[in-house]
Amino acid sequence: MDMKKVAGRSPLWLDKPSPYCPGCGHGVVHRLICELIEEYKLADNCVFMAPVGCSILAYTFLGLDICQSAHGRTPAAATGIKRVLPDTFVLSYQGDGDLASIGTAEIIHAANRGENITTIFVNNAIYGMTGGQMAPTTLSGQKATTCLDGRDPSTGMGYPIRVCELLQSLGGVTYLARTAVHTAAHVAKAKQAIKKAFEVQLGKKGFSLVEVLSACPVNWGMQPLEAVDFIEKNMIPQYPLGEFKDEGMCVSPKAREGGA
Amino acid sequence: MGERVLMKGNEAIAEAAIRAGVQAYFGYPITPQNELITYMSRHMPEKGRTFIQAESEVAAINMVYGSASAGARAMTSSSSPGMSLKQEGISYLVGAQLPAVIVNIMRGGPGLGNIAPSQADYFQACKGGCHGDTHMVVYAPATVQEAADLTAKSFDVADRYRNPVIILGDAILGQMMEPLVLSEVSPNPPPKPWALGGKRHGRAPNLINSLSLEEGVVEDWNWIFKAKYEEMKANELMVETLHCEDADLILVAYGTTSRICKEVMHQARAKGLKIGLIRPITVWPFPYKVISQAARKTREFLVIEMSLGQMIEDVKLAGLGDASLHFHGRPGGGVPQEKDIMEIIDFVLVNKRVGRITTRGTVIDWEIS
Amino acid sequence: MTKGKIEIDIHMCKGCELCIAACKFKVIGLSKSGQVNKHGYRYLMAAHPEQCTGCGMCAQVCPDSAITVWRLASNT
Repeated sequence: MDMKKVAGRSPLWLDKPSPYCPGCGHGVVHRLICELIEEYKLADNCVFMAPVGCSILAYTFLGLDICQSAHGRTPAAATGIKRVLPDTFVLSYQGDGDLASIGTAEIIHAANRGENITTIFVNNAIYGMTGGQMAPTTLSGQKATTCLDGRDPSTGMGYPIRVCELLQSLGGVTYLARTAVHTAAHVAKAKQAIKKAFEVQLGKKGFSLVEVLSACPVNWGMQPLEAVDFIEKNMIPQYPLGEFKDEGMCVSPKAREGGA
Repeated sequence: MGERVLMKGNEAIAEAAIRAGVQAYFGYPITPQNELITYMSRHMPEKGRTFIQAESEVAAINMVYGSASAGARAMTSSSSPGMSLKQEGISYLVGAQLPAVIVNIMRGGPGLGNIAPSQADYFQACKGGCHGDTHMVVYAPATVQEAADLTAKSFDVADRYRNPVIILGDAILGQMMEPLVLSEVSPNPPPKPWALGGKRHGRAPNLINSLSLEEGVVEDWNWIFKAKYEEMKANELMVETLHCEDADLILVAYGTTSRICKEVMHQARAKGLKIGLIRPITVWPFPYKVISQAARKTREFLVIEMSLGQMIEDVKLAGLGDASLHFHGRPGGGVPQEKDIMEIIDFVLVNKRVGRITTRGTVIDWEIS
Repeated sequence: MTKGKIEIDIHMCKGCELCIAACKFKVIGLSKSGQVNKHGYRYLMAAHPEQCTGCGMCAQVCPDSAITVWRLASNT
């Protein structure tokens, strides 16, 4: 009887273990990106932007042209590449420090200009690489090394930033969605959203961004399976899942999962 | 033969870059270089090239980083405060070995300062204003013609060494209009097999990166950079010397200040005073040997800068033997006056140091402190 | 004949156990205490391969792309 392979490691993922922690969401997101690059046959003319943050290490094991750029400046560097190589697929990959802290100007303006790049924004509500400091996306009450008693907006620590809600108003944004990768069902939906984002770039239709809620078990101080619960019970109510913009039009909040 | 035109320094730099094949320009408005970005905004899209007014100088240098990593000739321009913002990006260009041209039309500082000319970014440009062991060729044009010629050359030099190049101008050079000849060039960038993107046709993936956590790797890279810097020093030095063979006093100045000094030199010679001029055209590499050679015969050196004294440290470093070193400078947008320079020449050469200097900003027998 | 088969690359696996949570057929188990791969991680393996349906959910959640899944090619 014939056995058909239905899942496995992408050839773009070189034969090296990923440097990420056990249960880290980055590996899932990288895999989805690799699968889509293969499906759309983009590997031969593609640049992966590796930001500062844990995912800087993607360059050690992904078999693609990779540009490592300064912290937060990924959208600017991606713009520089895409403008001179409009037929090259540019995948900009950023974490919450890179995108929502130091790089807020760059992402807003790249989105606003409608740069024809695809951004994958991995939101794990903490700074991983540097050992667990508060991120702009850290939840109220969530503990981190720079808010040891938990983030308290009433004492000037700021509120968790909802990037999709922030970017929704910008004219240049064609596709905007928030997804998660903590369960198999969510991973499948995340892949659909990233696929739509790829199609926006391939159709030269403007700027696309998919936010992905992802686990950081080590810095959350949890086991991987507890981290899955944290995303489900704590992150999703703060960061509702679903599409925010499709084909350049805002999508109604009623269409989104979760609360607030 | 090229076209003879009358242009502002800022615009001449832009036009020269376009003729040299610049494919992407990213900038941000800041006086006194706004004519450069304005010129680019009109002419780059006309030629199907990339122009973006970026959201900040930081974004602009990082867009340059992106285009350079894709193998394109890329450029940005700014003025002193904006140049400070670019330092991180410039360090990344050096670390990732990317060619780029960066223009700094200096203005008075520190801080927001004013929009008058200055040369107080010499340390920033030549001593590595950005972190790490960084060096790059720094051109200091003194005329609009030279600004155009050196801009065109800078793209070739950047590509040759896979390193950024700085054009160091000032508000006077940027704003003044002079006649110049713009030549027809056929830009000939070298192949860039290391660049990202475009169809790979089976080539192995490329990486543009300045990080490595593996032991010894970044050190090895630095030795590669060191070798490049030595090559630049050997091949790219440019300096002009005038009337130094018989000089009793040599003026040392670059850029706009050197024009003032040339005029002083002519006036002094007309009075029978033997004055010479050493004008670095590259301020990095610096003409140390030319200066130390001159010091074997000439006993007095007078450095003139639009700053509190930055290049003078390199003149001292060159080794002047028994010769005396003097300084006159005007910081924060001030411009040295011919009469003040002449007063120092008279004090030193004619009056044999009898009398007094009336201007501030003059140091006789300058020592490092 | 089982409908599916999985193979876990034990040296890519980091023992995060997300696959155990994703598997509805209780196929996967963690190696015994002290049984570690060359990086020092305990690893997951097909403890009950006969129960595998080849649904692929384990591979969906695996952050290390450590799992290869085969499914019977059927015509139903």
